[in-house]
Amino acid sequence: MSDSDADAASVPSIDRVSGTGVPVRGNDIDTDQIIPARFMKVVTFDGLGEFAFFDQRFDDQDDRKDHPFNERRFQNASVLVVNANFGCGSSREHAPQALMRWGIDAIVGESFAEIFAGNCLALGIPTVTADEGTISELQTTVENHPDTELTVDVETETVTYERGSDDQSTTLDVAVDPAQRTALVDGIWDTTALMKSNEQAIEQTAADLPYIQ
Amino acid sequence: MSRGTLYDKVWDRHTVTTLPNGQDQLFVGLHLIHEVTSPQAFGMLRERDIEVARPDLTHATVDHIVPTADQSRPLGDDAAEEMMSELEQNVKAAGIEFDDPTTGNQGIVHVIGPEQGLTQPGMTIVCGDSHTSTHGAFGALAFGIGTSQIRDVLATQSIAMDKQRVRQIRVTGELSEHVGAKDIILTIIRELGTDGGVGHVYEYAGEAIESLGMEGRMSICNMSIEGGARAGYVNPDETTYEWLRDTEAFADDPERFEELRPYWESIKSDDDAEYDDVVEIDGSAIEPCVTWGTTPGQVAGVTEPIPDPTELPEAKRETARRAQEHMRVEPGETMNGYEIDVAFLGSCTNARLSDLRTAASFLEGRTVHPDVRAMVVPGSQRVKAAAEAEGLDAVFTDAGFDWRDAGCSMCLGMNEDQLDGDEACASSSNRNFVGRQGSKDGRTVLMSPVMVVAAAVTGEVTDVRTLPEVTVA
Ligand code: SF4
Repeated sequence: MSDSDADAASVPSIDRVSGTGVPVRGNDIDTDQIIPARFMKVVTFDGLGEFAFFDQRFDDQDDRKDHPFNERRFQNASVLVVNANFGCGSSREHAPQALMRWGIDAIVGESFAEIFAGNCLALGIPTVTADEGTISELQTTVENHPDTELTVDVETETVTYERGSDDQSTTLDVAVDPAQRTALVDGIWDTTALMKSNEQAIEQTAADLPYIQ
Repeated sequence: MSRGTLYDKVWDRHTVTTLPNGQDQLFVGLHLIHEVTSPQAFGMLRERDIEVARPDLTHATVDHIVPTADQSRPLGDDAAEEMMSELEQNVKAAGIEFDDPTTGNQGIVHVIGPEQGLTQPGMTIVCGDSHTSTHGAFGALAFGIGTSQIRDVLATQSIAMDKQRVRQIRVTGELSEHVGAKDIILTIIRELGTDGGVGHVYEYAGEAIESLGMEGRMSICNMSIEGGARAGYVNPDETTYEWLRDTEAFADDPERFEELRPYWESIKSDDDAEYDDVVEIDGSAIEPCVTWGTTPGQVAGVTEPIPDPTELPEAKRETARRAQEHMRVEPGETMNGYEIDVAFLGSCTNARLSDLRTAASFLEGRTVHPDVRAMVVPGSQRVKAAAEAEGLDAVFTDAGFDWRDAGCSMCLGMNEDQLDGDEACASSSNRNFVGRQGSKDGRTVLMSPVMVVAAAVTGEVTDVRTLPEVTVA
């Protein structure tokens, strides 16, 4: 189909993402925290960015609380650094949409909930993982030096940054799920276009299923 | 790698092809949609000028935002009304069947699928909702998906997925009195952790599972996702077939039932199936369970002490400490006696007819504590009607429960049913995250339906086994 071919061609490959970081510490940060349900009463994702982590950032009087997303020094960050089981809970794609619209282009963490990672991939946001020690080192670096430029390299599975008096370069090993890596690097993360080209095979599979009428 | 399991067989039967990114393209047998996660997907489809591929395999309901007190249109909440009309327009344009509240078939998406016989063994089922795992109770492979994947399914009736590992969880022995499906799944999550199932599909087996009815199996599969597993299933058996036979899918078409039965039998896990791992849990040792924290894995038996964070594995300490601060509980205490303000009997975990029956039979002859706001929200309009036909509504309202219309309600507080301030809620739902029930200071204690009733009656978390018997006149 010409339509889907055009779509497939327009999907960019995402080999690496560079930008400053923002650390959000804590395990089991669920999607209800990333975007509270009351902000989901919308029919488009536009405008969700300002509600990212809303209840962590504002109290009942809408006064600001301590949260990295409120700190001026992290306002331009595009790499989120988190701990374990990030994005657990509800499957709402509103969560990565809110983070993306706030400005996040890549997430580095100890581990991610599966549906969340899948939703991120569908938006072209890499979710790369590293062990607890590495993450903690990265979070501390970003906290102490918020202007540190991080490069999340999906292809080589590393995070690199330069820091210190002699701009010494540090490279950390991270892991990227193989399917995610291929999809991002080859620019084939738009699965609608990919799958639509297999229309005949879809029909054949359906025809072989006894329950499909 | 697993071999010969239901998961392997259903996966193979539905594999269209392997995609260049290494994922498999799976055909989707049933796509369920609702108002919260579908509008954006329909929007994306319109942008690309793509039509819905298989409206005949798509089924819609409205559940998250519907009010449970007054469903007349336009809905009182403008944002809710907008979502509802958007869904109406989308399904109408695409020719998708829609159980709107005027049909008598509306309800929570994971309640209506099974009760209408849409959910069948050996199917692949997806929905933009993480509790789609519920449908696994019938031996289907059922996954929650995000909005971009909904777009995929609308456009191609298929989904791109990585194959996962299969863990069999065998729950052995006989359950004690007042211990049920909810206590089993809370115990499993407690044992294996909220992320223990990541990368896995759970196959639930063993006598304690097999002895459950379909509704109990659904409660268990429902909360697979709380354990990190995207899907959970039970192999189909006579209990499954009994249920299906009575649904409209087969009641008038027994031939179709016989036609499909060999397929259902064929996709069951083989006796010598290989699993990536097997976990065994002693069902006879499970007591009524409650959560003490703010993740569904922070669980204790009702008479068991709340753990001391310093004695937990390091990764869990900080979360536990913060959870205890939020819940205002101390290590060493038990949850028994924890004061509650609200009792919520509802959600896709525990608002089916058998849940309401069990709760009502225990409630009969008792009354709700004067300081407790108690509500029952049936899982669907059919559940509601069936319960009313049996007089269960009278049992609830006589005791002081509010009897409401079907929807998700206070499970996630997207309609007007919400906790207020720091209210504590005894809840039969599935998530106790901070803010989940509509108030960020609200405190949720998850438990089984009968434990919700016990808490409603005494005004505090109560070991249901210790309540004195009542004689019903
Ligand atoms: S009842 Fe709760 S968990 Fe179930 S679908 Fe509704 S909001 Fe989700």
